[in-house]
Amino acid sequence: MDARVNLPVTEKAKLSVRNLNFHYGSFHALKNINLDLPEGKVTAFIGPSGCGKSTLLRTFNRMYELYPEQRAEGQILLDGENILQPGLDVSLIRAKVGMVFQKPTPFPMSIYDNIAFGVKLFENLPRAEMDERVEWALKKAALWNEVKDKLDQSGSGLSGGQQQRLCIARGIAIKPEVLLLDEPCSALDPISTGKIEELIHELKSDYTVLIVTHNMQQAARCSDYTAYMYLGDLVEFGPTAELFMKPKKKDTEDYITGRFG
Amino acid sequence: MSDKHLSTQFDTELSEISNRVLEMGGLVESQVAQAVYALSNFSGETATQVLQQEERVNAMEIEIDRDLSAIIARRQPTARDLRLLIAVSKTIGNLERIGDEAARIARTVQRLINTGVSSRMRLPVSDLSFEASLATAQLRKVLDAFARLDTVRALEVLKQDDEIDKEFDGLLRKLITYMMEDPRTISASIDLVFVAKAIERVGDHAKNLSEQIIYIVKGTDVRHHSVAAVEDAVR
Repeated sequence: MDARVNLPVTEKAKLSVRNLNFHYGSFHALKNINLDLPEGKVTAFIGPSGCGKSTLLRTFNRMYELYPEQRAEGQILLDGENILQPGLDVSLIRAKVGMVFQKPTPFPMSIYDNIAFGVKLFENLPRAEMDERVEWALKKAALWNEVKDKLDQSGSGLSGGQQQRLCIARGIAIKPEVLLLDEPCSALDPISTGKIEELIHELKSDYTVLIVTHNMQQAARCSDYTAYMYLGDLVEFGPTAELFMKPKKKDTEDYITGRFG
Repeated sequence: MSDKHLSTQFDTELSEISNRVLEMGGLVESQVAQAVYALSNFSGETATQVLQQEERVNAMEIEIDRDLSAIIARRQPTARDLRLLIAVSKTIGNLERIGDEAARIARTVQRLINTGVSSRMRLPVSDLSFEASLATAQLRKVLDAFARLDTVRALEVLKQDDEIDKEFDGLLRKLITYMMEDPRTISASIDLVFVAKAIERVGDHAKNLSEQIIYIVKGTDVRHHSVAAVEDAVR
């Protein structure tokens, strides 16, 4: 594996991005990104709209492949294996790299089946074990106590915050190694946001969490490392406390202090 | 890049709080100058004025602190904005304590007058005035550096603190000599030792203020660092 780009020696890189370029048709959305993302830590991606942070997140599980005019060049190493190489089974990557989107996307089925659905794709569990897995995922997502008596009811009957936690539970039920969160709280009220942030903190002991957020305070609150992106470039990456207190680049400082524009 | 925030209201709040700090600094500076004048001229009236001003200084500290909390709660500042607000909080604490030292000098002057000490006793009051002029010059310089966020001037203040310390040591030796030569001056001399110490503390606070200026601009906390390390940070 290549030498680490930006991490302190105490951190182990879970994902290593090497010379990554991304195009939407003729638009060059990510420009030669090189970045190491630490294992078991939360990394936040911040930057103005259109800076490429969501695009970068979507390359980590090859979500972009759903659209033919989008293409990525370069390497993304997950534990040293290039997940961008052709011929790799995308569903296996997505089993290792789970994703939660901006708007809650519960499946139109019961709360129980929302969790079990993904698990069934990869594992053939007996009923009792499946029950255990559903309970485990819902507990991990801090939703169990609120839904344990109505597991057979529809997932879309839950509140926005509960739906989002249901999606996180669904994401972790297949026991991925990396969790991608694309603005998971932008549609939620402060209480639900607080619960999700608490959850992110809980999850990082087992997963590498990457979160895209427009809310800088959220990045400051719940991440260990922060990456600031602008116009497809990675401007600065560093420990969150440092980046928010004493950023190295003037551009980063202007953005986080609200002098941008 | 512009120095302005997207929110002009935030800009206004930050510049207002800086102006309030300078206003408080000016008040404290004049308080020290008056306290020294009161000492040199044994003026009980001026000493009383210094003590009256202390209430205003204390009130300003509380007001600025309140504004600080409001800005932090409303704006969630980061990076240099946050550093400015943290530094302001420490700066006004130091200014308030400079005010306390001025008040301490003023109270000593009142006590000396009440116990019948006068300029005829030929105590080394003029030496104290010299130490005080060094301290007030430092204070003026550091407030100026704060207004301009000038780290070079802040560094000068930091380096010059030694001179006041040396002056204090010299004064102490001199006062001991006075006490040995004429034991009737012991009580007044001890009072003057405390005054000299108060002036020396004013210099220390000015030095603290200069460290906060470097923190705002450079983001490096230089407290309890050697002068060489601070020079590195400023460069």
